[in-house]
Amino acid sequence: MTYLYAAYILTWVIHIAYLGSLARRYTRLRKEIEELAKK
Amino acid sequence: MKRVFPILAILTAALLSYGLYQALVVAPTEKTMGDVQRIFYYHVPSAWTAGVLFFVNFVASIIYLARRNTKADALALASAEVGVVFCTIVLVTGPIWARPVWGIWWTWDLRLTLTLVLWLIYVSYLLLRRFSTSGQTPVIAAVLAIFGTLDIPLVYFSIWFFRTQHPQPVIGGGGSIDPRMLHAFFVNLIAFTCFGALVCWSRYRLEVLRREVEETQALESLLEARSSR
Repeated sequence: MTYLYAAYILTWVIHIAYLGSLARRYTRLRKEIEELAKK
Repeated sequence: MKRVFPILAILTAALLSYGLYQALVVAPTEKTMGDVQRIFYYHVPSAWTAGVLFFVNFVASIIYLARRNTKADALALASAEVGVVFCTIVLVTGPIWARPVWGIWWTWDLRLTLTLVLWLIYVSYLLLRRFSTSGQTPVIAAVLAIFGTLDIPLVYFSIWFFRTQHPQPVIGGGGSIDPRMLHAFFVNLIAFTCFGALVCWSRYRLEVLRREVEETQALESLLEARSSR
């Protein structure tokens, strides 16, 4: 069962880490858009 | 699409949860391998989704080369990036399954090696896109992607045409499978495909938006330079 749980947990850790990186990039881009709008 | 996206995301999350329940609770335990066989319900759908995304990358790269369509280029980049994520999962879950079943984490078996080569091709594609400053980068990347796709049929057919340590296909390969196992497998296959498509769509939107912002910034600095003269 340890191997099974390790595989499933690692799968979701990888997905969540990638989704987190996408969210960070979206936030950064939104800030850049706000700065452009101010100009 | 903006309004439909949250609904699709909720549906996909529900499907993934149902798939997890099917894989861990409903599907029976395999007699020879035991519970570790359940890794199959994540490993194979991840491999399938990676293959589909790399194929999207292939088609988008051809469209870009033929028409110089920047949206096709953005889609190629998005699908390659998300495809690498799914391919990483294949390369992580495979050895975790192999350790208790084969007694080793890794062997230089044809399918395993070709999958690693596939992953390396698309990682180099992403590195090229990230660090190359040449104006020809999208063209070079598209050519690399087209050649990279040639590895996909090699990965798939390697277990059919060569003697490898990797298990032969149970579905479509003449083997029998419990209907509950089949159900769990197909639910996860659909769930992972939908999840991959949604993440790819999200990454595509981000890329299109990023390019628009960069163009506006370039225009802005050009106007500033002109007005300061």
